[in-house]
Amino acid sequence: MATFGSFSLLIALALAVYNLFAGTIALRLMATGQPTRVAPERLAATARRAGIAGFLAISCAAFALVWSAFTNNFTIAYILQHSNRALPVPYKFAALWSGQEGSLLLWGWLLAAFSFVLRLRHKTDVRLYAYAGTIMAGIQVFFLAVLNFAVRPFALYLGPQVSDGNGLNPLLQYPEMVIHPPMLYLGYVGFAVPFAFALAALMMRYPGEKWIKITRTWTLVTWLFLTCGIFLGMHWAYAVLGWGGYWGWDPVENASFMPWLTGTAFLHSVMMQEKKGMMKSWNIWLIFSTFMLTLMGTLLTRAGLVSSVHAFAQSSIGTWFTVFMILVAGVCIFVYIHNRSHLKAEHTLDSLVSRESSFLFNNLILLTACFVVLWGTLFPILSEFVEGSKVTVGAPFYNRVAVPIGLFLLFLVGVCPLLPWRATSLKSIKRNFILPGVALWIAIAAALLCGVRIFEDGKFSTGGFYALLAFGFAGCALAAMLSEFVRGAQVIARQTKKNLVVSCWMLVRRNTRRYGGFIVHMGAVLVFVGLAGSAFTKTAEQELPLHGTMNIGPYRLECAGFTQDANDNYQSEYAKLNVWKDGQMQFQMFPEKRVYLVSEQPQTMVAIHSTIGWDLYLVYEGTNPDTGQPIIKAILNPLVSWIWFGLGVMVVGTLIALTPSVKPATVRPAVTGATPEGAKG
Amino acid sequence: MSRMLRSSWFKAMEAALLAVLVCFSLGASDAGARFTDLGHRLMCTCGCSQLLGECNHVGCPESGRERRELSDAIAAGKTDQQILDWFAAKYGATVLAAPPGSGFNLVAWIAPIAVFVSALAGTILLIRHWAKTKRLATPVAAGTGAEASLPDTAEQERIERIRRETGADGGF
Repeated sequence: MATFGSFSLLIALALAVYNLFAGTIALRLMATGQPTRVAPERLAATARRAGIAGFLAISCAAFALVWSAFTNNFTIAYILQHSNRALPVPYKFAALWSGQEGSLLLWGWLLAAFSFVLRLRHKTDVRLYAYAGTIMAGIQVFFLAVLNFAVRPFALYLGPQVSDGNGLNPLLQYPEMVIHPPMLYLGYVGFAVPFAFALAALMMRYPGEKWIKITRTWTLVTWLFLTCGIFLGMHWAYAVLGWGGYWGWDPVENASFMPWLTGTAFLHSVMMQEKKGMMKSWNIWLIFSTFMLTLMGTLLTRAGLVSSVHAFAQSSIGTWFTVFMILVAGVCIFVYIHNRSHLKAEHTLDSLVSRESSFLFNNLILLTACFVVLWGTLFPILSEFVEGSKVTVGAPFYNRVAVPIGLFLLFLVGVCPLLPWRATSLKSIKRNFILPGVALWIAIAAALLCGVRIFEDGKFSTGGFYALLAFGFAGCALAAMLSEFVRGAQVIARQTKKNLVVSCWMLVRRNTRRYGGFIVHMGAVLVFVGLAGSAFTKTAEQELPLHGTMNIGPYRLECAGFTQDANDNYQSEYAKLNVWKDGQMQFQMFPEKRVYLVSEQPQTMVAIHSTIGWDLYLVYEGTNPDTGQPIIKAILNPLVSWIWFGLGVMVVGTLIALTPSVKPATVRPAVTGATPEGAKG
Repeated sequence: MSRMLRSSWFKAMEAALLAVLVCFSLGASDAGARFTDLGHRLMCTCGCSQLLGECNHVGCPESGRERRELSDAIAAGKTDQQILDWFAAKYGATVLAAPPGSGFNLVAWIAPIAVFVSALAGTILLIRHWAKTKRLATPVAAGTGAEASLPDTAEQERIERIRRETGADGGF
């Protein structure tokens, strides 16, 4: 199977190289119109078919690796290091991306899959797709070269024969690890498609903005995958790592967050190009940057440039990625300089206070946030270079710098939907802001009544202040967006005589992009509310003998026993805790500690009880060696479930936005008659 | 609603809410707050890249000792800065979870603010420039401002809003 896999990769590389060179020559011949023995269209068709065959070849390689994991083929070094006989079946599948070699193979396979779909849809615009397909082939050549010559997933184990493998890293033996990495990679790899189209459109001086419409679905789907990947990673960190949080500003987390920020900025600013033909150069560079940030993320996390809790992911492929990044940047700069006249646009705006301006401010905030994350991630290297000694740039830095930026973004989420395109009057602004303004104050008052404080022990509490602002802005933003739904639905209800709920549904279906977008923003607001709750986390740690009790928040925890268990994969010890509230026992929780037999690595398995208000989060910290009693760490995390619910809302909103509108409204409704009440505000 | 905004009772309500905000903002004390706060400004030195207050990996050789040192330092009545300096002197600058605000490391704090302020100023200037370009391209009667340049702004806004609300603009 190792030979089959290796040859598949080699054939895939040969096909990608052919695709790249034949595609380039064909496109060049088509551009110059030189007479040739072989028609350039036929050459381009062979290049396209080579790309499709390349997908089959790399699929064979991916299959070979997964099959080797399932059949416990420990002659392959990668399988030996990342699997073992007792590993549950889903995790054997996850072995494909649990190590460096496998995850790069997954990356290459996903890239080939995206390219495959792209090539199947080539009839949409043959020349544009031929350009984009050739660029994708160039990226594919790089990944296949790395897989063939640098990391080699099918390298044989040359040591003495072994009967079992080393097993999967215990941290990765969690259900979400079966879907989190593929989601993240789908997000990373997916941005190669809009990048390829943007570069292609610039190279061929593609007229109009059609390429943006073609890539819109690709970009949104990719953004959705990246968003889900990031949030699943957060949930995995929360449920597995056992430190009570979900985001630690680790370089690997930052690496996924940066392209998300620029990708989100692109999704917004590209609307300016679609509607007004503005910001063409800006959008091109946004998508170039997003793709390069996905490469940089890999470079940062794989090359060991910065220290990370994801130490299992480090290796020596940094040089490959550095060279490729320089090459990509060079190509982008060259093509941009050569064709920049094509991107000339007339930039005009009516007012500082308008929807157009709000898009610019949105981009400003998202890119500043991206800079902060990049700066914080790279500063230790810079500091070491300048001063000769490293410093740590951890959560306190980001909390102080990034949180105000996040609050500004939340403020914009509330304000932007209230601003019309072009210009508006002060009177209109006042009218539109009454309801959100009232909602802001109500949210702040509600937060204060619920116990949020901005002074603790007579000292100003920055966390409390930020949280209060976040709750206020969230209330404002939700009210602003809900009022947009209600007003629109009222207009439709008057037209159709349907009730408000049905009208609201019709409203969404008529303009899925706009209202799907609002739903995504509402989800993001809910996420912000959840994040703001982290300012009020409570922690307690105590040795808990049998029937001993400890208190945290409204709960009293009583130790009902502690015991041990074992299976083929691990041994575990865990505590049984009765949770009391208001004098009544509510439920039992079982925080656990496992020791995996093959790797002999210990791992905490936290117990979490979620409610809408807070999560009760229990960690079994082991036993006191002197007394033999279990030590329990209890954390009360407010509003965490809002984050996961917010993600669900964002996913639903994005799916709605991806759905075509039922009735593409090309005819303006007659509005010269009686004023609909819904429009009065 | 707009009349309500102007009315005195609405302003009084706003003032009352502000008063509530100030009154309720004075919160209670927490005995372990300093330990928690400082624990989140220091790193565990075992190489796990976690904050001292959050380091939880089983069998950590460093965090227990560091926590005891932190508790002792708080009990000894040292100020926050003295404690942080003591840890930095003993374990090196990497024990601090954020760069110190002095020397070259000050750049870490200044750069994001500088970038944000310059980008904000640049964006505002750019928008004003684009708006000026638009005004120059569309000659208007002398003495009228940007808002007045749109014929019957209120009516136009109303039509625009209805178009958007009913999905007639085909986009966001």
